[in-house]
Amino acid sequence: MKELSELIFKEGLRYTNDHEWVTEEGDTLKIGVSDYAQDQMGDIVYVELPDVGTTFQKGEEFGTLESVKAVSELYLPISGEVVAVNDDLGDSPELINQDPYTNWIIEIKPSDPGELDQLLTVADYRELLRG
Amino acid sequence: MRYLPHTDQEIREMLDVVGRKSLDELFCSVPDGCRYEGTMALPEPLNEWSLTERFSDLAEAMAVNHKYKVLIGAGSYHHNIPVTIGSLMSRSEFLTAYTPYQPEMAQGTLQGIYEYQTLTARLLGMDVANASIYDGASALAEALLMGLRIGKKKTKVAVSKAVHPHYRDVAKTYLDPTDYELIELPLDKNGRTDLSGLAGIEGLAAVAIQSPNFFGIIEDLTALGQTIHDNGTLFITCFTEPLAYGLTKNPGECGADIACGEGQSFGIERSFGGAALGMFACLDQFTRNMPGRLVGETTDLEGKRGFVLTLSTREQHIRREKATSNICSNQGICTLIAAMYMSSLGGSGLRELAKLNYDKSEYFKAQLKKNGARITFDSPTFNEFVVEFKEDFQPIYARLLEKKIVAGLELGKYYPELAGKYLFCVTETIAKEVMDMVAGEVKL
Repeated sequence: MKELSELIFKEGLRYTNDHEWVTEEGDTLKIGVSDYAQDQMGDIVYVELPDVGTTFQKGEEFGTLESVKAVSELYLPISGEVVAVNDDLGDSPELINQDPYTNWIIEIKPSDPGELDQLLTVADYRELLRG
Repeated sequence: MRYLPHTDQEIREMLDVVGRKSLDELFCSVPDGCRYEGTMALPEPLNEWSLTERFSDLAEAMAVNHKYKVLIGAGSYHHNIPVTIGSLMSRSEFLTAYTPYQPEMAQGTLQGIYEYQTLTARLLGMDVANASIYDGASALAEALLMGLRIGKKKTKVAVSKAVHPHYRDVAKTYLDPTDYELIELPLDKNGRTDLSGLAGIEGLAAVAIQSPNFFGIIEDLTALGQTIHDNGTLFITCFTEPLAYGLTKNPGECGADIACGEGQSFGIERSFGGAALGMFACLDQFTRNMPGRLVGETTDLEGKRGFVLTLSTREQHIRREKATSNICSNQGICTLIAAMYMSSLGGSGLRELAKLNYDKSEYFKAQLKKNGARITFDSPTFNEFVVEFKEDFQPIYARLLEKKIVAGLELGKYYPELAGKYLFCVTETIAKEVMDMVAGEVKL
């Protein structure tokens, strides 16, 4: 597994304690997992995605990531409605290992865009991992 | 991998290594309140001759297999078991094979389970079958829980009243401590499931139908499945007698999403109610919601065929309370027996045997009718059916019992509205003479 110095922290994204990232695209948000998360999980073999149109509350489980050694829940960092899911992950879940920041998982329309400000900045997140 | 018990010497050596004087001392971290004090009231050990005699006496007391002709199925069926099975199962590789904690060590065991899964999936016409569940009843309960997992926010499941009463009881026990609701679906006058009330049920995740149902009736699964799917609900089919699929359409052909039931019919003795085999299969898209273990085929680094426990990341020992189900085991011996049985008969053998069961029960039905009995439900049946008599059947039942024939199961205990009516079963093991004798008694 990677040392802290080897991990990629992408600037300009917001992060969560559950090692997810969020980025704004117009009035929707894209959500994925961090380099740390994919590195900890190992080879990802399956991504369980929600149906488009489903609404989740902040902190609610919206899917799972399954690797060769574990299954982890994905929690929605911000309340909202799912407007798109990354279908490429169906056939190629390993894309998350290859580039966790390009390969987003779901796109949501937030019910309260203000919640974004409560998430961690890249500096906060780096601090979290430093422990 | 063989299972060998430890000898006293091995136990002593292991205790020496960990620095303990006795087994009691080894388990000292178990709190006193959780430990049994004193010695258990067990009988003294017996030598081999006495033990054999003791077991013959116990077997005599049971009397089911040899002395009596039992015209009851109701979830446990008497079928002839090919001699090949007893012979093969006496081999220690099969009989004592235990899946070790690194299951891939035991390639033979995994291959055995894989073959069972393949045969089960083919029999049921489904994409994926698991490594088995404890019995038919728990398989149904697990199927209902699986339906709720797939249904996400839906909170209700429905079960036909013609599903085996014991299975419904087990499902109730499973669901009782949860917030989920179990609904029972009524029957029509022909003993088939009535779905007319289905549309009125909000938030229904899954519906379970048994076919042949408890009354031996072949349900119109295709039509029921259509109605259930139109309602946006998952379709579970259940069975107690898988032999029927030698003759009728299988669950997959009828559109089932999940098929589950009891595999005792496939080479397993009735043995006082057990052991049992829960068969469980589903469509590919639901595999990750399936309970229990699953063996998969793969290739090793050198490209050679091998077997692995797959999806075990979703099991309880890894995923704890988030696990798909709390089934982390399977009915190893029974799966092997069922696999041997299915491959001994083959597709055409299964069809012939099913036809024989059907023909015999139709003959018996005709004889009973000729002698004044009435067949309660006007529906096609497989090897069981419900009969009613003009007069009280009890004295005839008692007379037949003296002749060592158990003439059917009185239904009042399970269905008060059917009190005085009897469920009969005829398999290939019942000779024409026995059926004629029973029919003859009815006439008298």
